[in-house]
Formats: sequence, C-alpha cells, structure tokens
Amino acid sequence: MKPAISVILLTTLIGVAQGLFLAYYSAEVLSLLLILPNQVLVGSGCAGIISLVLLVGGLIASFFHLGHPERAWRAATMWRTSWLSREVIALPITMGLIFIYSVLKLTGDHQIMFNLGNGNQVELATVVGFFAMIAVFVLFICTAMIYTCLKFLQEWHSPLTVLNFILMGCASGFVLASALSAYHDPQVFGYISGTAMVLSVAALASRYASLARNRNLRSPSTLQTAIGIHHPNIRQIAQGAMGGSFNTRAFIHTYGPAVVQLARRFFLIAGFIIPVLLLVISNESPVVICTLAFLIQYTGLLAERWYFFIEAKHPQNLYYQMIS
Amino acid sequence: MTQLALVIDLNTCVGCHACVTSCKEWNTSGEAGPMADKNPYGVDPTGTFFNRVQTFEVGDFPQTETIHFPKSCLHCEEPPCVPVCPTGASYKRPEDGIVLVDYDLCIGCEYCSWACPYGAREFDEKEKVMKKCTLCVDRIYDEELPESLRKPACVLACPTSARIFGDIHDPASEASIAINLSNGYQLMPEWGTQAANHYLPRRKVDIKVHEEDLMRSSNPLDKEDRGQRMPTTRVTLDDSTSW
Repeated sequence: MKPAISVILLTTLIGVAQGLFLAYYSAEVLSLLLILPNQVLVGSGCAGIISLVLLVGGLIASFFHLGHPERAWRAATMWRTSWLSREVIALPITMGLIFIYSVLKLTGDHQIMFNLGNGNQVELATVVGFFAMIAVFVLFICTAMIYTCLKFLQEWHSPLTVLNFILMGCASGFVLASALSAYHDPQVFGYISGTAMVLSVAALASRYASLARNRNLRSPSTLQTAIGIHHPNIRQIAQGAMGGSFNTRAFIHTYGPAVVQLARRFFLIAGFIIPVLLLVISNESPVVICTLAFLIQYTGLLAERWYFFIEAKHPQNLYYQMIS
Repeated sequence: MTQLALVIDLNTCVGCHACVTSCKEWNTSGEAGPMADKNPYGVDPTGTFFNRVQTFEVGDFPQTETIHFPKSCLHCEEPPCVPVCPTGASYKRPEDGIVLVDYDLCIGCEYCSWACPYGAREFDEKEKVMKKCTLCVDRIYDEELPESLRKPACVLACPTSARIFGDIHDPASEASIAINLSNGYQLMPEWGTQAANHYLPRRKVDIKVHEEDLMRSSNPLDKEDRGQRMPTTRVTLDDSTSW
C-alpha cells in the first residue's frame, strides 16, 4: 500500500492523545485507590487540553484524506457494518468527554459524587474521566479494526495490529505525560515514566512479533488465481493504461528496498529503544529529556505507521505489474 | 433472486479495447457526470475507467499464448467493499445484485478501494468520489431503447461476442449456460467474494489435420468410374469455396 500522510498523522496523533489522557487519569485513579500516594494532580486539566488539541489535530489531518470533507458527517451512518464509521462516532465522543473532564479540572469543580471506603471522595471529573477512558479504548479498537478487518491485507489482518495500535499509542502518550508530570506533578513522575518504559518495551515486543509474522506470510493470491490461467510462467504485457491509473497511484509505492529497510531500523530504534534509554537517564533534567524522548519517539512512530502501509501488499497489485 | 453479471470468454477476446472505449463513451456522457481525464492528449495520459483490457503472455517462448483479459467490477455476491463503506454510498441492489456507488453520498475516503481485492474501484480525481462499473444500469432498464439494445455498452460493442450479459442465477440464461458448458470460473476464489462476473477458460484450439482432409481421397468420380479425373493441379470447386 502507498502510505497516506493524512492517515499516518491521524492515527499517530490520536494515539498520543489517548495515551496522554490514560497516563494522567490512571495516576489520578491510582492515587484515589491509595496505590499511589494520595494527592491532587495539578496537571490533569493541562493534560486533558493537550490531549484534546492532539485529537483535533488528528481529526483535521483526516479531513485531508477525504474527497468531500463537507460530507464527512455522513460517515457516522453505517456503524452497524463499518469500523471506519464506528471510529467516526467514537472520536467526537472521546473528544467531548475529554473536553468536559478538562473543563471540570481547570475550573476547579469539586462536586462530590460518592465516597470510597478508604476515605477518599470521587469527584464528578473522575466519573466523567471513567467514561472518557472507556471511550479511549473503544476508539483504539475502532481505529485498529479499520485495518485489521481487511482480511486479504494479511499483514494487517491479525490481533497484533490492534495490540500494536493500543501499545504504541499508550507508550507515546505516557512518554509525553512523563514530561508533563515532571513539570507539574513530580510526585507521580516515577509512576508515569516507569509505565512509559514498560509500555514502550511491550510495544517493541508486539511490533517485532508482527514483523516476524509478516516476514513469513504467503498470500493465497497469485497471478494464476488473479486471472485464472494456471500456468507457472505468466508475464504481464499491458495493464490497460499507459500513464498509470488510480490502481497504480494508490496501491503501489515506489520506494526501494534500501529505503524500506532503513525505515524499519529507524522506527525500531527511534520509536522504542532511544525513548526508553532517555527515560532511564531522565532523572537529571526530566522535563527536557522526556520532551526530547517524546519528540524522538513520535518521529519513530511516524516512520512505523509509514512502514505499516509499505508492509501491506494489496492483492490488486497482481494486476498491475508492468506499465505499457 | 436475480444476479446480473458479465461472462467474459477469454478464447474470443482479441484485445481490441472496443469495450473500454464504448464503456467510457456511454458512462462519461450520462447524467452521473463525466469520468475525468488528466492529460488525455499529453504525456502520461490517465483517467477514470470502469473497464480495462490487460494483456498477459503465458508460456515459455516460443510456445506462448497471448491472453487479453478485460477487467471491471465483478459485482461480487459477497462484496467486501460494501460493508466497509462508512456512509452507505456503496451498496448492492437486492433486486438485481448490481453493486453501485451513490456519488451524492460518497465522501471519497477510498476505504472501499482498500477493501476490493480486484482493484475494481477508481477514484475520480475531478469529482472526488469513488467510481466503478455500473453494468450500465442506466441503459439495461431503459424502455425507450429497443430490447436488443438493453445491454451494457461493452457487451454491445464487443466485435467477437466475447462478453455475455445475463442473470447467472437463472439456469436458462445465456450467461448461466455459458458458465456451465465451458466451466466458467471466478477470479481469486480464495477470498470468498463470490464474484458474479465469470470468465470462460482458454480451450485447446489445435486440431489434428489428416492428409485426406486436405486431399480428397475418395473422389466419387473415381468410385463410379465416370468421366475423367481432374488433374490435382487445377483449382477445383472445393478449393475456391468454403462450404
């Protein structure tokens, strides 16, 4: 597949946004449950707003993928069958809930909803955050299933795709949250940066597993099944268009194997290994180092999503092997 | 239930592209709007087509065969492009099985093209919507046309009758009979799309030629011993006619 820039930006940006929200919200809940030291997080509202900005950025990027963006609202209609439609519904719901959560946090609303047995009180913002957390996971699944559900794109048609989207989104969000917590809430920095490292390593393992799986894939489709002529030696002479067609423009990339291999190595190192190493040594000046780690990781994840498209071989390419 | 489809005979297709041009002519002139072209007379001409003829060479030289392979939307009975459409612009008509795109609903997200293993859908760069073969739905039901012309433009244009149009669920239709008699097959059956369009496989076309087929060994004049046998160097009626 040819990488679609707008889709790469959409999936990576909303992944960071979702992970960032989960990082701060999980720290808040763990504090309430006294698993982390009991405290009030200063940066929750700020994290919510950054998350919201990233979600809006992803949404804007996605519009550039559409031929008719003014009709985008129609995409919510077929949620019974289409994962894309489900994502179109889940994204604004997530944005709305994170917006309400951020406003409640920033305005200092302390309306008590109920008491926990341990003496802590659960505020309205935490309840809204709970629903936002569910929406975040639903959005992760919808986004990943858009790719996973296409069964003949075998490189994508695996539960590993869903796992990768969740782990990479969470890892990058937690790394950004590390920088934010180092500035606003140093007391949870240890929890957030530690989880960020675990998530980054888990994402590396999961992504590596899918790379290993895809290396040995054999498509059941061949030129023989594509045109139904069962002879081992078939060559295409003409593809029916001299100047290329939508089929050659949208599905066939022109990057050489060296570039593709470079991208794979780059995303494995920049997307996972360097950020973890930077987090390990981040105690000196955590804000700067964690911000740097996030920027490097995000660049790596852009390369990862680019490679994700390059990796998938569409069976229609069998019909477009030679231009003449 | 009706399932309209094309049956394409790879034995008789000569790769003349008449189906391609007549398809473009009919469908670019319709009320759905033109199928955009870019640089039609310049370098690297490209544009939207519903139907293309590809050419493949099969075998090892010099024992090769040239296969001309027309490809358009196969109107799958289980179309993978339909359920993925977020707007419902892609749909399969229950009454005749034609898979269509509603150009007024399509947002041009190209997701359906990802979901089609055959590459049958094309994004129109000017109208910014996804387009594909409609089986000439705007003419096969047109009662203003004489009944013999209520067929897709490509079928009417084919000079070798390599394209048969009909209901493949009706066992008596010309299309069904062609599929049954000639082992018509579907493309990429491995994905379970149940493509409605079928292709008729290449048949062996070499024939054994016997000496007596060329030289009449049993001349009735010899048997009846009447008249003089004509010298073989002279042109006979058999040589100059073909009955």
